[in-house]
Amino acid sequence: MSETYTLYGQTVMDHFMNPRNMGDLPDADGVGEVGAAACGDIMKISLKIQDGKITDARFKTFGCGSAIASSSMATELIKGRTVEEALNFSNQEVVDALGGLPPVKIHCSVLAEEALKAALEDYLKKHPDVAAKVKEKEAARSAAPETANA
Amino acid sequence: MRRVYLDHLSATPLLPEAFEAMKPYFMEAFGNAASLHQYGLRVRDALAKARSQIAALVNAESAEEIFFTSDGTESANLAIKGVAYANQRRGNHLVVSEIEHPAVLNSVEFLEKQGFTCTRVKVDSEGFVNPEDVRAAITDKTILVAVHHVNHDIGTLEPIREIGRICAEKGVPFYVDAEASAGWLPIDVQQMGASLLSFSPHKFYGPKGVGVLYRNKKARLVSILHGGVQEGGRRAGTENVPAIVGAGVAAEVALRELNQRFAHTARLQKKLWEGLKANVPYIKLNGPEPGPRRAPHTLNISTEFIEGEGQLLMCDLNGIAVASGSSCVSKSLKISHVLAAIGLDHALAQGNIIMSLGKDTTDEDIDYVVQTFAKVVVPKLRNMSPMWDEFQRGIIDSVISPTGRGRSFTEHAAAVSGKPAH
Repeated sequence: MSETYTLYGQTVMDHFMNPRNMGDLPDADGVGEVGAAACGDIMKISLKIQDGKITDARFKTFGCGSAIASSSMATELIKGRTVEEALNFSNQEVVDALGGLPPVKIHCSVLAEEALKAALEDYLKKHPDVAAKVKEKEAARSAAPETANA
Repeated sequence: MRRVYLDHLSATPLLPEAFEAMKPYFMEAFGNAASLHQYGLRVRDALAKARSQIAALVNAESAEEIFFTSDGTESANLAIKGVAYANQRRGNHLVVSEIEHPAVLNSVEFLEKQGFTCTRVKVDSEGFVNPEDVRAAITDKTILVAVHHVNHDIGTLEPIREIGRICAEKGVPFYVDAEASAGWLPIDVQQMGASLLSFSPHKFYGPKGVGVLYRNKKARLVSILHGGVQEGGRRAGTENVPAIVGAGVAAEVALRELNQRFAHTARLQKKLWEGLKANVPYIKLNGPEPGPRRAPHTLNISTEFIEGEGQLLMCDLNGIAVASGSSCVSKSLKISHVLAAIGLDHALAQGNIIMSLGKDTTDEDIDYVVQTFAKVVVPKLRNMSPMWDEFQRGIIDSVISPTGRGRSFTEHAAAVSGKPAH
């Protein structure tokens, strides 16, 4: 065979073969580990957070090619974002950045979102002051439309 | 990069002599076997020859007992539905092993929706059916027993003759799916006591697009595909002549080379398993040990702390073609029903790889596979796996070689996913 055929798109294969940010952060500020009930994959994301911003991210994944690529891509996308921005992170961003995933593999990107959010929760649990601020802002945001209507 | 094809249970390359034999039947001898002129008669002769070649492979009493279909799945459907419908006045109960191929299990499930009932006989941890369990499952309403010769996933060689004897004693037709064994292991339908037996020539160097069903004359069978009276009225539709001709040649060569193929693959199978076992820590063989209770040409292994699709992809990127029974490679996201039936721990089922060898696999191929799997595939994926890291730190334990430290992978997976793994 002279040509190479791939099971996933080029970006997915690239992230599977050359995963970005693979590993652990020894001095992580937040660590999240989640498992997919659907297939049994497990994903772990560690975050370094400074002044409300994600300065570094790492992943470790027990799972298929698309699970490894999804976690690699999620850690790439999330670096530099604020905690508030990261809390609104959606798996769709991972799917889009990877150039799409087969329908049966979309749950791999959901797992990446869940791992990231679990890591953020872990961070917020350790930093109640930040958690309170985030809550306050959120409350203000959800209250805003009502004020506008009144 | 070296390329090693280890998925012979999915497909094999066509034998050059089969290809040569097929060639005239595309353009020159294009006639329809149903036609009564020279064009038709020539093709009719070719079909008769192929039927005899196939009959010889399975030691059928007569070539009349061989039917050609479109593939192994159609043969399984015809065997099960054809016998069930032919005998529905006599009874409505079927007995199958729970680890049959989906072509068998899904045909049975279809019949259940129409009022037939089925007993699925359990297997032990190596995938063996206990013939006495088959005996116990047979009732006076039983019209068919179906147990495969070799399991397509884990290579278990079932006690077919014992089951055949029980079926003969009880007067129940016995169907044997020989998809994973035909062309690799000796098959004698008379010694097996098989009323029906099916397989696909593309699993032993024949072409795709043709399936075989052997049916003993005494077994009643009705057609499930309606139209003309091809194949003795048991399978309507114009025969795929080139493929049938190629199947005949593949069968003849397989019969001639059977002992050689068996010895060759059995030796390399042993070498492969011993190489992997010695070089990959925390690896397990699923199904029986290489030897008389296992098919010679397939290995089913589980490597702990890494997932099967990742292993398959990493193997493919290194030129090695393998299969996997992990949930991640299935569209239903379920682990192979065979691995579930033998009670394999979910963590090990997830880390599953199937390697099936062929007549052209070499010692150098096996050396490359052992080396690449042990030194590239497994370390690279374990390095990425949180489970491997957590095992090193004593948070979770190994299923294969428990250390007594940490909780099980399955408990851990259930805890982090909030739901038990299936």
